[in-house]
Amino acid sequence: MTALGYNFGYLDENTKRMIRRALLKAVAIPGHQVPFGAREMPLPYGWGTGGIAVTASVIGASDRLKVIDQGADDTTNAVSIRRFFARVAGVETTERTTDATIIQTRHRIPETPLREGQILVYQVPMPEPLFRLEPRVAETKRMHALADYGLMHVKLYEDIARHGHVAISYNYPVLVGGRYLMSPSPIPAFDNPKMDRMPALQLFGAGREKRIYAVPPYTAVRSLDFEDHPFQPVRADAPCALCGSRESYLDEVVVDDRGGRMFVCSDTDYCSTRQSHQEAAE
Amino acid sequence: MSGLPLLEAAGLSLRFGPVPALEDVSIEVYPGEVVAIVGESGSGKTTLLRVLSGMMRPEAGVVRYRDPEGTVHGVQEMGEAALRRLHRTDWGFVHQNPRDGLRMRVSAGGNIGERLMAVGARHYGNIRAEAAEWLRRVEIEPGRIDGMPALFSGGMQQRLQIARTLVTRPRLVFMDEPTGGLDVSVQARLLDMIRALVADLGLAVLIVTHDIAAARLLAHRLLVMRRGRVVEQGLTDRVLDDPQHEYTQLLVASVLAA
Ligand SMILES: Nc1ncnc2c1ncn2[C@@H]1O[C@H](COP(=O)(O)OP(=O)(O)OP(=O)(O)O)[C@@H](O)[C@H]1O
Ligand SMILES: [Mg+2]
Ligand SMILES: [Zn+2]
Repeated sequence: MTALGYNFGYLDENTKRMIRRALLKAVAIPGHQVPFGAREMPLPYGWGTGGIAVTASVIGASDRLKVIDQGADDTTNAVSIRRFFARVAGVETTERTTDATIIQTRHRIPETPLREGQILVYQVPMPEPLFRLEPRVAETKRMHALADYGLMHVKLYEDIARHGHVAISYNYPVLVGGRYLMSPSPIPAFDNPKMDRMPALQLFGAGREKRIYAVPPYTAVRSLDFEDHPFQPVRADAPCALCGSRESYLDEVVVDDRGGRMFVCSDTDYCSTRQSHQEAAE
Repeated sequence: MSGLPLLEAAGLSLRFGPVPALEDVSIEVYPGEVVAIVGESGSGKTTLLRVLSGMMRPEAGVVRYRDPEGTVHGVQEMGEAALRRLHRTDWGFVHQNPRDGLRMRVSAGGNIGERLMAVGARHYGNIRAEAAEWLRRVEIEPGRIDGMPALFSGGMQQRLQIARTLVTRPRLVFMDEPTGGLDVSVQARLLDMIRALVADLGLAVLIVTHDIAAARLLAHRLLVMRRGRVVEQGLTDRVLDDPQHEYTQLLVASVLAA
């Protein structure tokens, strides 16, 4: 402690210890939701208090933090969270995926593959993957306890019967380590394959629901599907208008007031890194 | 109706406060056998089904289930996961109100497919083909496969519930007043269908009914309950044609008079 009322990483040591205990349990049981007694944060829930609480509990003085919101480092939300940690933990921040030791994210996984030693912290609005199908919390707990996930497949069946394909483009449910059904948070289904056997540690914090869950490095993460309707990550069929990538996840942006549109990478760091390499090569 | 019993219970007792819902009830159900439980309202029929199927614990007595490999399990000693699995595979439960046994916001095909998916089916085309086949078997137009049960008639809903229950080929099905609440003509059609399916699949059925005529049509054996006790049991024709207990005599007479 430096001064009265101030503590490294904003949270007091007791709260951090409690969250770390929940994190250890979460890592030990991949995909299982662990309750934690969240302290109120000085931010509205939409700002990702669960992710912030997790980041605050794992961050150290030598860490370098990156924060993205929908893939971008420069949104108000991302900038505020980065500033918050620069102030309360005095850590360095970065926009480069490769330079970061901790990446807090909302709605995306970076395009640049993560490596061992990095931590990806997800902000989660609703941790329970079954909540739309089974409103009774006690029953969802029982379903997790018994690995009784037939109902989730009924939902996929209904989608295929109605639309010819699974109509879930965000928050596509996954099975972690062959055991727990997990919400990947509202990332595009396109990002799901990146979770599978990722070398980095993935931590998930849900502030309002007060739940933490985790995927340890190199854990199998499988998107639910049928043998004859295999999971397919979808991406707009276009190259990025700025860097030309045909692999990255694209956002459609309006470019003028006559309805003109173009597709650009949602991952701003990935896109600008590619652009600067292209310039250097010219 | 051969071999060893699928289900065996002895000495079952259960009270709700001062009310004896079950008193020293014993019962066996053999493979392929239809056993009907009749008796007045409040005599303990539903309670007996719930205790036998593991949904409720008795205060005294045991319930034993024999699995397809011949191993006997104490139903009260089975863990929740094993019991759930049993209810989706070797057993089925048909509720009086189809709303209790169906998912009303899931299509007919999804309702039938749920049990298959719960036990690991992961091929959409096969699940759908099986659902269509079961709709046909319960006399629902397979073109209704994507229809919502809420838009089905009461009789169709009940047939859908039966299809959903039978799709995993259980050997033992519990039915609590499956024709209750339906029109008489609809009841007759449903009973005929149940009878045909039972014969076809060699199902064992434990069915609760108020309807003596239904019991005569379906059941090989009959148990008569009164105030939580089995007052008489035996082959259906024997019990109905030559009732020994005065309560059974009253029951049969009241049906004949009606
Ligand atoms: N959960 C309960 N709590 C208290 N009493 C109960 C409960 N369930 C049943 N009972 C009582 O136990 C007795 C047997 O009830 P049960 O529902 O088994 O009768 P039943 O033969 O199925 O009647 P019905 O033909 O009306 O369906 C009744 O007196 C009933 O009021
Ligand atoms: Mg009853
Ligand atoms: Zn780009």
